[in-house]
Amino acid sequence: MIDFVQNVRLWFAPREIAEEGRTPDYRFSLANERTFLAWLRTALALIGGGFAVDQFLPDLRWGWRVGLALALLAAGVLCSLRAVNHWVRCERAMRRGDDLPVSRFPALLSLAVAVVAVAMVVVVLVRGNG
Amino acid sequence: MSEGEVHRDPGLQPERTRLAWRRTTLSATVVAVLAGKSALHGGPSPTGVVVCALYGALWLTFLAVAHGRIRTLTSATAAAPPVLAATLCAVALAVCGAVLVL
Repeated sequence: MIDFVQNVRLWFAPREIAEEGRTPDYRFSLANERTFLAWLRTALALIGGGFAVDQFLPDLRWGWRVGLALALLAAGVLCSLRAVNHWVRCERAMRRGDDLPVSRFPALLSLAVAVVAVAMVVVVLVRGNG
Repeated sequence: MSEGEVHRDPGLQPERTRLAWRRTTLSATVVAVLAGKSALHGGPSPTGVVVCALYGALWLTFLAVAHGRIRTLTSATAAAPPVLAATLCAVALAVCGAVLVL
């Protein structure tokens, strides 16, 4: 918990990260930056999905539409905040020479996306029959 | 890693990172366009226009952040990437969208 608070503080002070440990090979830092950007794109895709659901599914009942849109937007926010946190953790680990941090987040995100996809298949099938 | 390897790889890593920022800007553009469209859904209203302008400002902010980063990538000084600024733009887009949906 204290470590998490420390990481959140470092979100706002990336210069302080550079005071710790040894500077890694710049290629590793750039790779870490690209990983961050890939996660940010994932977050943007989720946010875009939220807007798309709100806009392109007007036949859906209000509750479902708003619920699904808000869930996608919230997932996007979570994903983008996690992206910056993971960037900080990787940067610190590389500077200290520790192992890179492991995370359950990718598994949770894939499970959530898979569940939503299966739910959509069921909805389409039920509608097609009914 | 030997010195030779560094010299054989002079521009590729910054180049890839530059393109990653470009791709991310493109994603942000798509999201901003979708967001603007949903803000003006059902005809332009004063609120819709204001929110649309807000999305435009967020998109411009992201563009400026990405462009600033791309410029420091090619310079020799090692600067920390503006990860928080980029994240906050994405979060702000989502929060505005959530408020609008409700």
